[in-house]
Amino acid sequence: MAKRIDVDDLNVYYGNFLAVEGASINIAPLSVTAFIGPSGCGKSTVLRTLNRMHEVIPGGRVSGKVLLDGEDLYGPGVDPVNVRRTVGMVFQKANPFPTMSIYDNVIAGYKLAGARKHKNELDEIVERSLKGANLWEEVKHRLGRPGAGLSGGQQQRLCIARAIAVEPSVLLMDEPCSALDPISTLAIEDLISELKSSYTIVIVTHNMQQAARISDRTAFFNLPGVGQPGKLVEYDDTAKIFSNPSKKATEDYISGRFG
Amino acid sequence: MSDTGRSSTPTVDAPDPLTGRRRPVTVSALVGARLPSWAPYAAGAAAVGVALILKAVFGWEGWGTSFWTAVLVFVIGFTVWSFAVEGRRRAKDRFASTLIYASFVAAVVPLVLILFYIGVKGFSVFSADFFTKSMNGITSRQEGGGLYHALIGTLELVAIASIIALPIGIFTAIYLVEYGRGKFARAVTFFVDVMIGVPSIVAGLFVYTFLLLGFGLRPFGFAGALALAILMIPVSVRASEEMLKLVPRELRESSYALGVPKWRTILKVVLPTAMSGLITSSLLAIARITGETAPLILLVGYTARVNYDPLQGDMATLPMMVWDQLGKRAGTTSSDLTEARAWGAALTLVLLVLILNVGARLLARLFQPKAR
Repeated sequence: MAKRIDVDDLNVYYGNFLAVEGASINIAPLSVTAFIGPSGCGKSTVLRTLNRMHEVIPGGRVSGKVLLDGEDLYGPGVDPVNVRRTVGMVFQKANPFPTMSIYDNVIAGYKLAGARKHKNELDEIVERSLKGANLWEEVKHRLGRPGAGLSGGQQQRLCIARAIAVEPSVLLMDEPCSALDPISTLAIEDLISELKSSYTIVIVTHNMQQAARISDRTAFFNLPGVGQPGKLVEYDDTAKIFSNPSKKATEDYISGRFG
Repeated sequence: MSDTGRSSTPTVDAPDPLTGRRRPVTVSALVGARLPSWAPYAAGAAAVGVALILKAVFGWEGWGTSFWTAVLVFVIGFTVWSFAVEGRRRAKDRFASTLIYASFVAAVVPLVLILFYIGVKGFSVFSADFFTKSMNGITSRQEGGGLYHALIGTLELVAIASIIALPIGIFTAIYLVEYGRGKFARAVTFFVDVMIGVPSIVAGLFVYTFLLLGFGLRPFGFAGALALAILMIPVSVRASEEMLKLVPRELRESSYALGVPKWRTILKVVLPTAMSGLITSSLLAIARITGETAPLILLVGYTARVNYDPLQGDMATLPMMVWDQLGKRAGTTSSDLTEARAWGAALTLVLLVLILNVGARLLARLFQPKAR
């Protein structure tokens, strides 16, 4: 079941450094939300707070609230491991596990977590996930081969299959196409449009055409100055952001008149 | 071209495309003058020739002076020649290349000589008996005998030391890479660095004081294995740490992002990915202690008999057998026969490390992540 996300006055710190200040966003279920903005503005950082991945970096912490269907991800007793099972993530660089076959990569979420499942059930999960990631036809004859032997675009789709195999409610994508050629990018974008019917998707992208093509709503982050925390400047329907933004900084950025 | 200090456009004789007759043709500015490919060999031959002439003229004895003269003449002569023809930048390149090749040769030649010498000296005593008999009852004037007792001792001690040290080393490395933050981790790293430099006799002395003197015990195998383990741990920590650091952070992150707990990520992602490296690092640690002698003198002693029990009585080891057969141990004498057996034991020691090395490499390849 796709869930909604409500971020309320979120501050993100790395040690004593305030990386993002006062971000508030409401993300509807079964929608695609794009985070855009210049490098270092904190969009990836905010994305990572949505499944508590920022804590993996030493010193990473937040203040404020992130609600998943009304439940605070940072509430007392919340286990980040359980959060990450509900909110999946795809990274910029495709990174299938090098020691595993394509098959094992898809079910890595179960295998690594030590879940015991019947072979038939696993076969079903693999087929469903690979079909969901539009990779099934290309790899169904070589499921036993290493995942690292696939092309870059195929590896990224394998990573998406791996993420959706554990049936998360939300899928976070951190610049999933930035290392891919236009054809692989198109394949992923098509995939995102299909996945929208089952998942809430949040995607960070540097490609503004991509944000305009695939997202329903867009959040523009900006860095007011060197050494200052990144801020959420504007968050609105994608059509509005790209045609008639209400803030000057947004307009400058999307029209390339930045800095 | 300013580098070479020449301003005139270089020309070269080449066939004219229309007439086929050779005539001077202007060469592109991209082409610089170069020494012919046989130049280094010619320079080398000339240097040797100069050295030989000087040897004859001055009547140098031996070959040392001539050798170093040849080297010096080659380095200086070849660089000057290159400078005259090819210019400053090329000459510097030739000079640096010469030094690098020379260093390589200087590093490899002694190694090859040692292996070759041990091989020639040691192989003559190799026989089935040599590997299956002990030195029990064999005097220094007697033929026969073997290193079975010492081989057993070395294998047992190395195995015990590895069982103690490798898990500690690898777990410490996991702590340092995956969990270690702040002062405690820095302290651990510092002490590991210090321990790497601890002389082996000090480790032996430590065990001797606490175990043998402390409990009033006679030398026995396990005490030696303990000292070897102490020497092994820091090497293992350091090498394993480097291997674990090679596992990309992205792999850990994608495992966390799938909702996999940290300990399972380490167990199922980090360790398998680093497995081939960890095998290599463990082998480094084993190779470090296999030939260790000093602590064994104190802790294990030596016996000519076969002793399988590491908990009771003196044990023989290969390095101690070399020491014994050369007549260096108190109360022993040497002869041509014992000297040959010492070389045989030394060669066996080298082969043992070699076999471990090759075996570990095969094992590591088996665990290496494959692309297709």
